Amino acid sequence: MSAAAFRIEHATPSSRIGTAILIALVIILALAPLWGGRDDLRLLAEIYSYVALASLWNLLAGYAGLVSVGQQAYVGIGAYALFALTMFAGLHPLAAIPIAGAVAAAISVPTAALLFRLRGHYFAIATWVVAEVFRLLAAQISVLGGGSGTSLPTAIVIAMAPSREIREYTIYWVALLLMMAIIGAIFILLRSRYGLALTAIRDNELAARSNGVDVARTKLVIYVITACGTAMVGALIFLQKLRISPDTAFSVNDWTAFVIFITVIGGVGRIEGPLIGTVVFFILRQQLADYGSFYLLMLGAIAIAVMLMAPKGLWGLIADRFGWQLLPLERRVVRPEATPPLE
Amino acid sequence: MNWVNIILQGVLTGGLYAMFAAGLSLIFGVMRLVNIAHGDLIVLAAYLALVVTTTLGINPLLSIVIVAPLMAAIGYGLQRLLLNRTLGEDLLPPLLVTFGLSVIIQNGLLEVFTADSRKLQAGPIEVDSIQIGGGLAIGTLPLIQFLTAVAVIAALQATFYRTAIGRAFRATSDDRAVAQLMGLDNRHVYALAMALSMAIVGIAGVLLAVRANFDPSIGPARLIFGFEAVIIGGLGSMWGTLAGGIILGVAQAVGAQINPGWQLLAGHIAFLVIVALRPEGLFPKVQG
Repeated sequence: MSAAAFRIEHATPSSRIGTAILIALVIILALAPLWGGRDDLRLLAEIYSYVALASLWNLLAGYAGLVSVGQQAYVGIGAYALFALTMFAGLHPLAAIPIAGAVAAAISVPTAALLFRLRGHYFAIATWVVAEVFRLLAAQISVLGGGSGTSLPTAIVIAMAPSREIREYTIYWVALLLMMAIIGAIFILLRSRYGLALTAIRDNELAARSNGVDVARTKLVIYVITACGTAMVGALIFLQKLRISPDTAFSVNDWTAFVIFITVIGGVGRIEGPLIGTVVFFILRQQLADYGSFYLLMLGAIAIAVMLMAPKGLWGLIADRFGWQLLPLERRVVRPEATPPLE
Repeated sequence: MNWVNIILQGVLTGGLYAMFAAGLSLIFGVMRLVNIAHGDLIVLAAYLALVVTTTLGINPLLSIVIVAPLMAAIGYGLQRLLLNRTLGEDLLPPLLVTFGLSVIIQNGLLEVFTADSRKLQAGPIEVDSIQIGGGLAIGTLPLIQFLTAVAVIAALQATFYRTAIGRAFRATSDDRAVAQLMGLDNRHVYALAMALSMAIVGIAGVLLAVRANFDPSIGPARLIFGFEAVIIGGLGSMWGTLAGGIILGVAQAVGAQINPGWQLLAGHIAFLVIVALRPEGLFPKVQG
């Protein structure tokens, strides 16, 4: 049988419908400044940030098997890089976002060299320690307010856009764009040869290695990509907040615990998981907002319940039951009708 | 002489860190469970000590008699009802569930006790000290705490290597399937290990409450100190855990002397340097 006798098909009827729904949704969301108020835009931008963070953590832990509890390191590095680049290098805040990502990627390479000496549980704990080291180092930067942090100078905020309205629209669109770029990049990655390697590593690392997958290299690439993306999201989050401090920028609860809850509730190791999980997270938050810290307590309980009862998450339940996929990621071998059966 | 004093204080603090670590070391060794909520459980024990002390009007150090068994019971229940269901090849389920517990405990304590900083008063013993010559003095309370830590670790080591239940712990640690074939009920063995771990958490919580200010948010930092001590010491060796705690305490004391902002940083960097050079820790007995 010749190589051209079969082809790989990705799309299924459900993925065609899913993709169409997503495109319609993106168009509606892109027009949000027309139909939404200021609070809606802020909330949506926050949702996009969490979808992006959860998608990146999902790529790292769900696919590459690198269970990190220290991704707050890169949120913080991105945020601090943005403040430093705009305040001391005079960069435009929007230009500083990709550079903050590059800074984090550069820092992540030597960090990975250290962390990758450790496996499993030790790796997880060490990622947290590394994040603490960066938090304590940030607290030593006196020009950025040391332990108590600092605000972005008004001049920089005004230079970004003349009016408050345009500034808010800009940040909103950038948040939407960044989320789409990150999901798009992950989608392209998963459809590529790397994606096949990653899926193989996710399912069985030893089998992947024996089939010629360079596991160490693949993991390093994913770690650096994730650091870069996480830092860009971090930079944007704190550009919206306009105020930074080591404790908020390197918060383990905000940028790792909740992100893990979101991913697990939605479904680990599936690109749809973080989308579903974030929607659930924010519905809960809006519903229980009046009860103060009680909602965090509920969130922890729900994450535990989902982990115990539906370890593949909500989307895992749906996908197993109906075989749906939102984005065309499956690989199925299709043989043309005319081809004679294999001998 | 100043440096001798600094290192001495570091060693004493290290004893407290070893107390944070001993319970972690036990359950991580027996069932490879990373308990992210460990630090928050220490803080929970500190608040239990607060409640017991204020209700009964006794010395906080005496509250150990009530807090430690109470924590052990909580630990047994937690393991039987929740944590046993998460154990397996995948490290994500136990990690996520204990992360969830951590958030639940932190916010539960916040709801009940507010974010105010608390401390228990142990009376005149807090300011007593013992002269040991050369102008050096050791606080009585830190010394009691250090000796308690050594005693707890010695007891744990003896339990682990000399008793029937210790043999069960080691057997399940080595191979849970074979241990089960030999007639051990793993769920019960794990729950006993967690109960013992939480009894130590109870003692550590009371010592913490007497020694320093505490509030609902300080758990994760105690968890990190504990884990660093476990990993530095190497898995399966309780004396290694004590050594790990002391190394951490001394590194922090020396760092603080150089620059007050470097106290925690010096501890973390000492940890990272050691794992970079010896990923399996200094005195490993069991494979991670």
